[in-house]
Amino acid sequence: MIELNHIHKYYNPGAVTQMCLFEDFSLKIEKGQFISIVGSNGSGKTSLLNIICGSIPVDQGSILIDGRDITGMKEYVRHQKIGRVYQDPSKGTCANMTILENMALADNKGKPYGLGRSVRRSRIDSYKEMLSGLNLGLEDKIHTRVGSLSGGQRQAVALLMATMTPIEMLILDEHTAALDPKTAEVIMELTEKIVREKKLTTMMVTHNLRYAVEYGDRLLMMHQGEAIIDASGDEKRALTVEDIMGTFNKISVECGN
Amino acid sequence: MALVISVLEQGMIYAIMALGMYITYKILDFPDMTVDGSFPLGAAISTVLISNGVNAYLTLPISFLAGLLAGTLTGLIHVRLKVRDILASIIMMTALYSVNLRIAGRANLPIYNYDNVFDNAFTDKIFSGGLKTVQTLIIIAAFMLIMKCLLDQYLKTKSGYLLKAVGDNETIVTSMGIDKGKVKILGLAIANGFVCFSGSLYAQQQRYFDASMGVGTAVIGLASVIIGLSLFGRLNLLNYSFAVVLGSIVYRGCVALAIRFGLQATDLKLVTAALFLLIIVVSRQIEKNGQRKVQKNLGTAKEEEA
Repeated sequence: MIELNHIHKYYNPGAVTQMCLFEDFSLKIEKGQFISIVGSNGSGKTSLLNIICGSIPVDQGSILIDGRDITGMKEYVRHQKIGRVYQDPSKGTCANMTILENMALADNKGKPYGLGRSVRRSRIDSYKEMLSGLNLGLEDKIHTRVGSLSGGQRQAVALLMATMTPIEMLILDEHTAALDPKTAEVIMELTEKIVREKKLTTMMVTHNLRYAVEYGDRLLMMHQGEAIIDASGDEKRALTVEDIMGTFNKISVECGN
Repeated sequence: MALVISVLEQGMIYAIMALGMYITYKILDFPDMTVDGSFPLGAAISTVLISNGVNAYLTLPISFLAGLLAGTLTGLIHVRLKVRDILASIIMMTALYSVNLRIAGRANLPIYNYDNVFDNAFTDKIFSGGLKTVQTLIIIAAFMLIMKCLLDQYLKTKSGYLLKAVGDNETIVTSMGIDKGKVKILGLAIANGFVCFSGSLYAQQQRYFDASMGVGTAVIGLASVIIGLSLFGRLNLLNYSFAVVLGSIVYRGCVALAIRFGLQATDLKLVTAALFLLIIVVSRQIEKNGQRKVQKNLGTAKEEEA
């Protein structure tokens, strides 16, 4: 279980431009829960992910994973137990390395990177098996540089790399936003498959309201650092794109947009 | 013949240095000027140790370790003190100039009358007769191949993959739960280890240390890397490190030819710099032509489809 307790986060503290992002924000995420998060730009969605991953520090409050306080833990240490896929497909893979080399790199996550050989022959077959699960034909291209793959293919490899090793949490930061609608659909289905198979606790930020409604078992709508919609279970299943769109329009009007 | 041998000798000694620069420039994408200080650092350490009766072979690993230390310091300045990459390395380069003078005790230290790794009782036993002229060359080639293979093997390890990854995409290294700063420091350390090792060999081949011998090392190294990769990098038969070695030899050859055809030995650094400029411009042209060829081929392929 992941808990955010009374988080306070300000940007430019002390300056005239001081902006409060989170004020006493708390959130509990059950183990195995798949949360989709929507909200307008600047509502705090990505900041929320960054706070959990340790990419930005908090000013007050604490973050707990299974009761362990990780508030002061460095970003890279947290990532040993967190898988993250970014909006930009080039961020989740190494362009100048082959698919095989990328997978070998990710396969060792959480263990020391010493002087042992990185690519072990015995693992190649299982890499190919994982790749064939993507249904993109990548299992026959393991010696291809990742940089020469398409954005969708790269994102699929990135997703695989993020979830290869045992992790406590999967963070998806608008991971389909840079892809064309067809490819986005494929990646979304892959995501669902992997999350369900591995029973991963997942947080997905998306601008696609339909994905937010269709996927996941809890939906958050962020607005000015607060979750103005937090629906799970039957309540979540009853939600429609129109419902969310309605709320979205209402808050936009309030903000004067 | 003597010219060819001298080009090969120096080319292969500088190749070890260029392999180090390949790590910083090509893999880490770090403009490392530390080499102008760590190359003569190896020379200073070796000449002092040899003139104090230390076994010449022992000076090589000691130089490598000293280079590791110099690279680590550059890395720490950059990563922990958050100084821009090129500035961090210039600070280290400048500091090393004085350190080298301190180590050597003076600006010029000859070791003509001492044994070195190329010429000692042991090598005299192995090499005799006609082999004498290529004795130094063979020993240099052996050291160069050992260092090249070590680098090739290292880049296949898990740690080596992290090094390649950090130059490619820093985010992924963090995603793997690893401190990217430490990986950069490690890369700089290894690179300067190679450079310092190369400086030690150079001093033993030239049989002296000179405080200013490091000037232009970075330029020579970069020129070798760029020539190697743009001339030989495309050949699939050769791996990158071999291309760098060839690049270093070709570059030495160019400099030697320029000196032979009328330029003075004092013009060496000018030749070094001018050739480097020429190489940058030409290699860019080669790259452009390569791309045009690819586009042309794609164009014809499309026409055929149509």
